[in-house]
Amino acid sequence: MKKVEAIIRAERLDEVKNTLAAEGFLGLTVYEVKGRGRQKGIALQWRGVKEYRVDLLPKIKLEVVVEDKDVERVVNILREKAYTGKVGDGKIFILPVDEVIRIRTGETGKDAI
Amino acid sequence: MDSGDTAWVLMATALVMVMTPGLGFFYGGMVRQKNAVSIIMQCFLMLMLISVQWVLWGYTLAFGSSFGGVIGGLEWLGLQGVGLNPNPTYAATIPHAAFIMFQAMFAVITPALIVGAFAERVKINTFIIFILLWSTFVYDPVAHWVWGSNGWLRQLGVLDFAGGTVVHVNAGAAALASAFVLRRRIGFGSVAMEPHNIPFVALGTALLWFGWFGFNAGSALTAGLSATNAFMVTNTAAAAAGLTWMLMSWYFRGRPSVLGSMAGVVAGLVAITPAAGFVNHLSAIVIGVGAGFFCYVAVAFRVRRQLDDSLDVWGVHGIGGTWGAIATGIFAEKALGGVDGLLFGRVEQLGIQLIGVAAAWVYSFTVSLLIFKALDIGLGFCVKPEEEDVGLDISQHGEKAYASF
Repeated sequence: MKKVEAIIRAERLDEVKNTLAAEGFLGLTVYEVKGRGRQKGIALQWRGVKEYRVDLLPKIKLEVVVEDKDVERVVNILREKAYTGKVGDGKIFILPVDEVIRIRTGETGKDAI
Repeated sequence: MDSGDTAWVLMATALVMVMTPGLGFFYGGMVRQKNAVSIIMQCFLMLMLISVQWVLWGYTLAFGSSFGGVIGGLEWLGLQGVGLNPNPTYAATIPHAAFIMFQAMFAVITPALIVGAFAERVKINTFIIFILLWSTFVYDPVAHWVWGSNGWLRQLGVLDFAGGTVVHVNAGAAALASAFVLRRRIGFGSVAMEPHNIPFVALGTALLWFGWFGFNAGSALTAGLSATNAFMVTNTAAAAAGLTWMLMSWYFRGRPSVLGSMAGVVAGLVAITPAAGFVNHLSAIVIGVGAGFFCYVAVAFRVRRQLDDSLDVWGVHGIGGTWGAIATGIFAEKALGGVDGLLFGRVEQLGIQLIGVAAAWVYSFTVSLLIFKALDIGLGFCVKPEEEDVGLDISQHGEKAYASF
């Protein structure tokens, strides 16, 4: 099993989430985060008099745990639906997961996903 | 000149002024976080733009001597020759300038109401041009018809105490036109667009309710019986409409809605506006209940039809204003405002009210439609999709509502 973590644009979340659900990946966890990539941040203004840069930008972090065979499908959905082609589209990280346990029933492994 | 009347109208003017920023909070709470600053700005822009437009050419177009009852003349351009002395045609006991400022606040809030219809997607530069055109070619003429000294609807005997037709039907019709012309928000219908701050909506509603005492009771233009009656029926109708909407949401959706109660209160305030000087407190309850009911149904219809009048300007102001104008023709009584309605044996008043409402609907809808269409083709009314995704706060203003870290 793998955990797919993705940092994406907040405005792409709905489409990513809906597509994941349509493809059968219902369970997910989402965080509102701030971060910085190679992107330099954005310029905001103070009373129209002065400019300042914000280099930590609000992003969405999304986590899905899936069976090994499904990793590619999830990654493809993310690459397609979170994509705008501009700097700041985010990143995907894939991590190994040792075990998954559903608290209510005690099921483990892929049954618990 | 009467010092009591003058003091009251100046106070009432300040009360109406605070409604426009109040509306900014009312709408601001209902949009998503990324657009909160932009919509508050759009409301403040009315205060900044129309306050100047009114002094330069708005007032004379609305209240100057009439060209065929259709539009005011230009003799008061830049308020030349107006002076401070009372104008007996409009308000005999207060300085003319007090009347002008009181009316200015109505001219300010009316286009601000329309903002809710195309929230979260308009370009700020096109928006500014739209407001100037709309105020000049829609608000000023319609205000002239109903309130100008020889306006044709006034001559006909249309009753509109504080602007049910001039303000609310007018704005509601423009809102409907915008929903037909402008594109919907990206993801409308498929993505949940949650109100980002319901306490802000409540704050805005509180400011609107508070300011509406100036709006309606101030429209008596004297401090006395008429103002007091307007005050009483305004409060009563707002409460009755809020209760009605709350109960309907409870019945149809299982729980009493807070956002719905706020919408109901505003619907009641809208509906009592044309009637405030003409009806009694018991009629006000009926008008309030009707407003809650009709506006609830209208909003449900709008949602079913997938029209993106984002914050229900048509459903609340258009329908509430129409109901109020018709109700004025039903419940008006001579003892209060000098005119009897249907209930007191004068059927023709109802007919006159219907003509007034229909004229405002047709004119405002048509001209607004043309303005929206022309600006959308010529300059583009809505922002680019990526600007809308990021939000208007950052894309239009380079500022955001809530910073952190």
